[in-house]
Amino acid sequence: MDVIGLSRFQFASTSIFHFFFVSLTVGLAFMIAIMETLSYAKKEQRYENMTNFFGHLFLINFAVGVVTGIVQEFQFGMNWSEYSRFVGNIFGVPLALEVLMAFFLESTFIALWWFGKDRLPHWVRLASIWLVAIGTQVSAFWIIVANAWMQRPVGYRIENGQAILTSFSDVVFNPKAWIYFFHVQGSAWTVAAFLVLCVAAYHLLRRHHVEIFGPALKLGLVVGAVGTLFSALSGHTAAQTAREDQPMKFAAMEAQWEDSEAPAPWSAIAVIDQEGQRNTFNIEIPFLGSVLADNSLNSSYEGMIRLQEEYQQQYGPGDYIPPVAPVYYSFRLMVGIGMVLLATAFGGLALWWWGRKGRKDRLLTNRLFLRWLVWIVPLPWLANFFGWITTEMGRQPFMVYGLLRVDQGVSPNSFTEVLVGLIGLWAIYLALIGLDIYLLSVTARAGIDHKPSAEIVAAPAPSYSEGPSDSDRSGSL
Amino acid sequence: MTLVNLWFWLIAVCFTLYFFLEGFDFGVDLLRPLLARTEAEERALTGTIGPFWDGNEVWVIAAAGVMFSTFPVWYGALFSGMYPIFVAILLALLLRGVAFEYRNQVDKQVWRNAWDWASFFGSLVPSFLWGVVMAKLIEGLALDGDRRAVGGLGDNFSLFSVVGGLGTLLLFMLHGATFLLLRLHTDTVLYVRARKAALLWGALATVAILAFVWLGYVGKGLFTSFGVLPWVFPVISAVTLASIWLALTRHWDRMAFAMSGATIVFSTITIFISLFTRQQVLPSTLDPAFSLTIDGSASEHYTLVLMTWVGGIFLPLIIGYQIWNYYVFRERIRPHEGGLDHGY
Repeated sequence: MDVIGLSRFQFASTSIFHFFFVSLTVGLAFMIAIMETLSYAKKEQRYENMTNFFGHLFLINFAVGVVTGIVQEFQFGMNWSEYSRFVGNIFGVPLALEVLMAFFLESTFIALWWFGKDRLPHWVRLASIWLVAIGTQVSAFWIIVANAWMQRPVGYRIENGQAILTSFSDVVFNPKAWIYFFHVQGSAWTVAAFLVLCVAAYHLLRRHHVEIFGPALKLGLVVGAVGTLFSALSGHTAAQTAREDQPMKFAAMEAQWEDSEAPAPWSAIAVIDQEGQRNTFNIEIPFLGSVLADNSLNSSYEGMIRLQEEYQQQYGPGDYIPPVAPVYYSFRLMVGIGMVLLATAFGGLALWWWGRKGRKDRLLTNRLFLRWLVWIVPLPWLANFFGWITTEMGRQPFMVYGLLRVDQGVSPNSFTEVLVGLIGLWAIYLALIGLDIYLLSVTARAGIDHKPSAEIVAAPAPSYSEGPSDSDRSGSL
Repeated sequence: MTLVNLWFWLIAVCFTLYFFLEGFDFGVDLLRPLLARTEAEERALTGTIGPFWDGNEVWVIAAAGVMFSTFPVWYGALFSGMYPIFVAILLALLLRGVAFEYRNQVDKQVWRNAWDWASFFGSLVPSFLWGVVMAKLIEGLALDGDRRAVGGLGDNFSLFSVVGGLGTLLLFMLHGATFLLLRLHTDTVLYVRARKAALLWGALATVAILAFVWLGYVGKGLFTSFGVLPWVFPVISAVTLASIWLALTRHWDRMAFAMSGATIVFSTITIFISLFTRQQVLPSTLDPAFSLTIDGSASEHYTLVLMTWVGGIFLPLIIGYQIWNYYVFRERIRPHEGGLDHGY
């Protein structure tokens, strides 16, 4: 392990930690805006309770997402100063746009929405939460534009060792950016939808407040179905574009050392020998590789051994083969989990459709399905984790694809500096993630009737249950 | 005014607004253990900054983001050259931000105490270290001929930068105290304590700032490069600091807050004027020829034009809705009135 290895490990881990929180924030903000809209339109107490309850869960997560985001931004300069100097002209712009268009909006209007309960008209608070929701989606958009530029640089020229911006519209309309954006949006909605489904199912199993958790479950199913569908379609497209602009990544995802046959099979399980550049064991499904690569039944694609030679001619001597096993397995795990989630969401919609006959809503009493929803809540997060591993390890050894290698982008920091910082970050992040999960589960399980002792930044917790709250159990203000 | 200079000053504006705004919420966090005796008082003090701290914090993300896009060389050299400092700032901000959110989630005194400490140190560390960063900006870092900072941790601390750190720390405490004079009911005991705190920390801040200016003047030739006009700013800064004492004794609360804010604003602007008159963004302590110049560190014209459009549209909007946020939550607070039906 050297400074480069440490810095890479730090960036990978802080990004994955950060995304753990923000994927939920992005999706949940959108769902809470829908709940607040229902509450505003229908003027029913139960929707207000729903909004308050899930809003509380949202706020447990929100600040952690914001502060871990500061780390994300600062560490470009801290750990990757050479990279920053090289790409700042281009990469810095979407980052600055993200701050100016989204972060201020989110952090200001979340306060107005939550603290303004007693002093702002309902329509202003509704507008505020929608601004927060829009802000989170915009924020995701700009950071994905920045990431997509690293994966597929466009609209630039190289001058004095810097990438200079020549066309901002090329950067914004980078096709890769839009495919990634839908993919990340879809997965963020999926994370939030399955959290809502888990919490709603937990309480429906106990017959708590069916009038609140029933609609919440249905909302979760709709958002989950849209999210998983978006993720799957855009993910399929993303893999196909990788074949064009990052052929080495595509070959690594498929553990394809030699050029594939035509039609290409698809490897389901392989044992990978990175040193010997071969797979010692491989179970293949015929034709499927071609279908995935370009929706045909007879195509083939290049393997890593030939690509290595081509890359050497193009970019100079070096090893251009990424770590194959993590990329290959992460990709399969991500896709596998995605399929399970997709089936769950659409299965739930089917249950809802067939169960609506008669007086009883059978979706809300199907104990098997509800238990399943409670148990699978970690899966969307795992899929996100594997997705980032796939895309970011797959672009190794490049930081900016074809332009800058990771070892060229690192700061001149000492090993000790980076190690101490890394240990500090890990200590705090592990604590935060543990506390976050703990508080989310405690608050979620406590449910609607429990007047939470919890308060967000000096504002007393709203009572979720109807009418004036009974005696204040917490002894707080 | 070229675009490069415009963006140099817009970065200065972001830092200035950050210190002005987050300065008082750092200050309130730092004063809380000294002022609050009961749980209700603790919560009242947190309530004064509750709806604001998050929006204030974004100004530093803006400062860094704007620096990244408009002065990438400066951004890379400063943030890698002060690596340990920024790690400490980040760890502190992580703890502090979460403390706001988590403190009242579990009804146990041990839990609350732990987060109160997190909140205190999470404000103490950046309050001190931002002064170190600002002092180092004008003192410079060990930049080699390749514009890479090679100094390490020892290079980040000098007498000058430590005094600078004490300066920001004490100024923020004063600023927090004067902010409380606007946000607490005048008939509460907390309000009286806040006024006493303002007098005490104001006196200490004055000493620290004077020491900083003297060190800068004697050792660094800090103000010798100033022309006739820029002298105005450090002088105004001194005048505003002195006038706080008058405002506090006369019970002019608004005036006291305006003056502590003005001190922060003019002090920060002085730092950037010092850089500007030398046309540098970061001097090199190894060889003046290695210093980063304003023009040599900036992005290309096209990027700057683009950023100017973006900044021109969004900065006024942001400032507008943030002012509205302060207007919505303008009422004064008193302990035991934390209910939403009482406006905290």
